[in-house]
Amino acid sequence: MGCETLRTNKLTPYLFLLPGCIILGAFIFYPMLQAIWMSFTDYNMVTDPSFVKLDNYKDLFQDDLFWKTLKNTLIYLIGVVPALVVLPIFLAVLVNQKLKGIGFFRSAYYIPVVTSLVVAGIAWDWVYKENGLLNYVLDLLNIISEPIPWLTQTQTALFAVMLVTVWKGLGYYMIIYLAGLQSIPESLYEAADIDGANWWQKMTRVTIPMLMPFVLIVTIMSSIAAMKVFEEIYIMTGGGPLHSSETLVFYIYTQAFDRLNMGYASAAGVILFLLTLVFSLINLKVMGKDNSE
Amino acid sequence: MAKQKKLSSNRQIVKKISSYILLIAITLFMIGPFLWLLSTSLKAGSENIFQYPPKLLPEHPTLSNFSKVMEVFPFWRYLFNSVVVSVLTVVLNVLFCSLAAYPLARMNFKGKNIIFILIITTMMIPFQLLMIPVYIISLKLGLQNTYLGMVLPHVTTAFGVFLMRQAFMTVPKSLDESARMDGANSFQIWLRVLMPLVKPAMVTLTIFTFVSAWGDFLWPLIIVNEQEMFTLPLGLNMLSGTFTSDWRLIAAGAIISMIPIITIFLLLQRHFIGGAMSGAVKE
Repeated sequence: MGCETLRTNKLTPYLFLLPGCIILGAFIFYPMLQAIWMSFTDYNMVTDPSFVKLDNYKDLFQDDLFWKTLKNTLIYLIGVVPALVVLPIFLAVLVNQKLKGIGFFRSAYYIPVVTSLVVAGIAWDWVYKENGLLNYVLDLLNIISEPIPWLTQTQTALFAVMLVTVWKGLGYYMIIYLAGLQSIPESLYEAADIDGANWWQKMTRVTIPMLMPFVLIVTIMSSIAAMKVFEEIYIMTGGGPLHSSETLVFYIYTQAFDRLNMGYASAAGVILFLLTLVFSLINLKVMGKDNSE
Repeated sequence: MAKQKKLSSNRQIVKKISSYILLIAITLFMIGPFLWLLSTSLKAGSENIFQYPPKLLPEHPTLSNFSKVMEVFPFWRYLFNSVVVSVLTVVLNVLFCSLAAYPLARMNFKGKNIIFILIITTMMIPFQLLMIPVYIISLKLGLQNTYLGMVLPHVTTAFGVFLMRQAFMTVPKSLDESARMDGANSFQIWLRVLMPLVKPAMVTLTIFTFVSAWGDFLWPLIIVNEQEMFTLPLGLNMLSGTFTSDWRLIAAGAIISMIPIITIFLLLQRHFIGGAMSGAVKE
């Protein structure tokens, strides 16, 4: 240690940190402060920003559309997160079996993860058409009697987009759980076998409890992602019909880049930040625990 | 005894078959939308693609939609832009994150903890809040419609620094010390001793960064408005917005846009899945 302090310059650690910290400073910390400051101003990119105190926040809380997008975001969260926490566990158990060709299935389930949301959005848009595949399949199964215009009626648009988010995330979270499953010691299952446990008992007494740390990770990750959903909405419904599928980030985007209400959009962004903060703090805590071990 | 054995092997077979049925059904759900798009892209102009019930397979498969879409969709230009943006993002991200992670894992210096905490807290700040000021800053720096403009905001991530730091911490300290005895400086130790030993973490970070850069849509949508600079997702989005009624063309464009990433994925699937798994364990 003494040798190290002699040979290395005191500046060395800072030089290593410099490039990364410049980027984080210029594109995260400085913009963060600017966003908070802008949320108290009226700014349209043409005239200079003017300080308006809490007016943007007051306006936000009186804007029905803001509340609607907040409600839609909440529905998104409640709908998407449980599906993305539970379903991939079953997928992971399924593809963790020693079967011929299992690698093919793992890869197939991962394909939606690597494809861009634009391609995925277009594919599902086509599936959802009134004369499309989904209505046909549901018709064959006698679930519906009349075709449903999934993306163009207010009752179904948001839910149709939610299904795409779930579909696209399944493979990713499946892999996380697969990592979890493979970290469970084989001896636990052997012990359960000796005790005569059946498949369901092994699942609920061994697999699920051992997966709990991974369940926590997936819950946090999918919650944060759900609160920030944008691309699916932009590509498939444009927030419509009648704002029925408009989420908070979509609202921020249109306020900022269609209407150039930069201050107002920043205020909505600050609200988004505060809403995701809860999940992020839990996330940090989990990471910190992992780190100190 | 023999009977019991036969019974259990029968049960094994039933279990196997039901597993396969389930696996195949889920496969259809996962890649069905793409197959349906592919089928549509192969349908000839004479075939009614809106007919009900829909025809799953094209009557007279043709590639004419693909040659037609190549005329209106500058695929090679978009592909080039996507490759430049993704490769640049990956290279800089791996470089900057590994550089920053080294002192955090290996050295003692003033402010180490506070710097590490600050880096990690950036994870909590949603880009959707930052995009407005970052847009304004990028305009001021003249980064609109440039590769750097698309790349720079993403070239250091807390996730990357964290991942690389964890990887460096697993390397025994005696290795750096003996290299230092031989007269190597910190930079040489980082480059020649540590980096070769953390290749798995680098692969993980590379794949994570590549997939998110390749599919990135929101930021390019904001910072790029010249078609010349469009990446594949932006170009495809414009195609589907321009030819709203010509679904054969849109389908062909979407299928073409998928080919590069699917090819890379199929060639490197072991690393994609392995990387995602080790990323999950490290998180």
